[in-house]
Amino acid sequence: MQPLVFDPEICLACESVDCIMRCQYIDLDQARAKQEHDRIVRGEMSSILKDCVTCYACEEYCPSGNHPFYHIVEQQERLGVHPVPRPIEKSQVIMMAPRGRIGKKLVSPPVIDMCFFDIMKGGIRGRLFDGATTIGGSDVFCNLMFLHFARNSTIRERLPLVMDNIMRFHLEPSGVRELICYHDECYGTYTSWAPAFGIEVPFRPVHLFDYLYHRLLELKADIKPLNAKVAYQRPCSNRLCPETDHFVDDIFGLIGAQRPKRTYEYGNALCCGGVPEAAQRFDLVEEIRGKNVADMKEAGVQYCVFNCPFCFWTLAEPVAKAGIFPVMMSDLCLMALGE
Amino acid sequence: MERTEIIVQLKAIVGDAYVSDAPEDLFIYSRDQGVQEPHLPDGVVMPGSASEVVSIIRFAGRENIPVVPMGGGLVLSGLTVPLKGGLVLDMKRMNRILEVNESSHYAVVEAGTSQGMLDAYLRKHHPQLKHSLPDAPPAATIAGNIAIHGSGHLSQSEGGFHSEMVTGLEVVLPTGELVKLGSCSTVPAWFSRAPLPDLAGLFLGWNGTTGVITKVGIKLFPRPKYHDVLVYMTEDIDLAPMVLGRVIGTSMAEDINYALAPKPDYLRGFQMTVVNFTANTEEELAFKRKTLRSVMKDLYETRDSGFMPVPPNMKAGFLEAPQKALSKFADVRKGGGFEYVGAIMPIERIPDACRAGMEITARHGITYSLGARIIGRGNAAMFFFAYPFNRVDMDEVERVKKALEETNETALALGGIPWKTEVQGQQAILRQMEPGTYALMKRIRAVLDPAGIMNPGNWEVA
Repeated sequence: MQPLVFDPEICLACESVDCIMRCQYIDLDQARAKQEHDRIVRGEMSSILKDCVTCYACEEYCPSGNHPFYHIVEQQERLGVHPVPRPIEKSQVIMMAPRGRIGKKLVSPPVIDMCFFDIMKGGIRGRLFDGATTIGGSDVFCNLMFLHFARNSTIRERLPLVMDNIMRFHLEPSGVRELICYHDECYGTYTSWAPAFGIEVPFRPVHLFDYLYHRLLELKADIKPLNAKVAYQRPCSNRLCPETDHFVDDIFGLIGAQRPKRTYEYGNALCCGGVPEAAQRFDLVEEIRGKNVADMKEAGVQYCVFNCPFCFWTLAEPVAKAGIFPVMMSDLCLMALGE
Repeated sequence: MERTEIIVQLKAIVGDAYVSDAPEDLFIYSRDQGVQEPHLPDGVVMPGSASEVVSIIRFAGRENIPVVPMGGGLVLSGLTVPLKGGLVLDMKRMNRILEVNESSHYAVVEAGTSQGMLDAYLRKHHPQLKHSLPDAPPAATIAGNIAIHGSGHLSQSEGGFHSEMVTGLEVVLPTGELVKLGSCSTVPAWFSRAPLPDLAGLFLGWNGTTGVITKVGIKLFPRPKYHDVLVYMTEDIDLAPMVLGRVIGTSMAEDINYALAPKPDYLRGFQMTVVNFTANTEEELAFKRKTLRSVMKDLYETRDSGFMPVPPNMKAGFLEAPQKALSKFADVRKGGGFEYVGAIMPIERIPDACRAGMEITARHGITYSLGARIIGRGNAAMFFFAYPFNRVDMDEVERVKKALEETNETALALGGIPWKTEVQGQQAILRQMEPGTYALMKRIRAVLDPAGIMNPGNWEVA
């Protein structure tokens, strides 16, 4: 098993400690931030290991690409920090485990990897997904969510099997090499987490937004601009692939959605609150959901668009109560196509 | 009297369509979904009014024919199986909702009115009111449920067992007199059993051995607009009394249920305390949610237990009353067999009851769902040892039967009392009962039912 590609010397030499100073949930002055940061780098216990909401954002904030968040998770696991109560953690480990119920299923491109969320495959429809086949469920589930549970070990253990399942049962027999990741978690796994742990990915992952953008270009003549203001709830796993974030603006440009300026977007995006809820940080959940939805209202948006099903389940109700229509990105695109 | 003559006489009372001694009907009425031995009745009769019940009971009394009153027939432990033959008195035709008093919060229903009927009626005509629903299928009747001391989704917050929510009864005595009990006996309203001598108790918990309930006055409660659920997950059975006690102590939960089961596999070894709460405003709901969470803070901060995130699809199930999940569990082994020992017991015995249930089922090689509903702000728990089985697997049926017998004994040994239990369980209770109490029960039955026609075999020492 490969260790994390992490250079402690880079971190120890870092003076900006952006990973802590830009964190929206940990409030320390520069000196204290550096002190706690260096403790983590040296493998010592730090308050940050307990206070971290596991929003993944420091992976994006690090100017050196030194994987501060993956290192935090490594240290949490090594030092026995449990962000989420143990019964919930253990239950999730069992619930999300590969079941060995996979069988050979030929697929044809575009192949959409629904991650664990087979339940969402109703969204793969219309001209946007002409000819698409889907795969999904526990046997092809990336398991990246266990970053929230301080369990890099679970991802390490399962990912090779999961990738083997995808190849052996779906892609190889079908002669397909490209997998469109419905969820940022999968794309982040294959493009960020796996390389960080020296794990080779045997297929080419494509971000859903990349696919949507290029498909919309093909269907451009049929698009009826939405002429609506839309907020985007950026999921935590998009922090692992910030290079894909521009597709949101690109897609919005094609479908006539305006993205009004907000306080909590792009690098400042707020967590949906789902994971802090599992971590029993209920006051924080109320605070960030309140700030997030108020920010959307202030921006005068009509829609809040999601890509992460978990964010949708967590935030759709408070968003709807604020008079904003919650919608998945693929459905927003379908709306622009009149479907 | 010959059976054919009995049938002729009954047809003269209720009409040809509502009496049967056809073999296929007798087969159905000879059994329930549990493991008790079937016993064929001699006939089945469906009265349409209290006066018809009076006529049937007088006829049965004259001819010494046993009568077994039956509501939904869902009791599972054979209480409506005619142990000594005779007539099954199926009350389902008497299903009229006679009155809903919005001001004094009660409904008056005929004895065959089902839980589902009253719930649907209230939702349509009085949406601000509801009654306490048991987790039985909606076909269970109001009268049948109160007659066995049933409980339901408001038993924690609104006063205990459903029999405690009865405001009045109309009953046909085994000697054929029609009597009213509670305020309705004195004034034309069904608002309360007090301040009169409480005679309703002569018909509650007696399994139909003291008379036939024909009408019930039942309490209604406000139906708040907002509803939510929290699920607290633990991995230590011994935490149950503390966790439950803290939730009860907030006085904010409507319904509190505790459960553990070996399936699905991701819940094996864990326990869930499911807390339903309601409110009239979103602010009130948020306050209750916050309060319920706050009383667990020191526990979840240890990371040994915590509130489980509940996704919307799962939440919808938890918010249901009755809980469909229980009906699904009842058929988990396929083959439609399901029986449980419900034991009313002190809350502090829940951990031992869980251990006992797991030990008994492991020894007999059967599966289980164990748990408890809190009754009356923590005065007691209705602990269930639920065992599904495949009805066509006779070996499994036998193992379940033995497990149920042992569970009854265990529940008593733990300081609980088996609820709506089958004859063997009743006998175990009676053996342990104070002799004076049992003698009083016998005297009361002898006075009320001198011919001994009412559901014979129940509440009797063999």
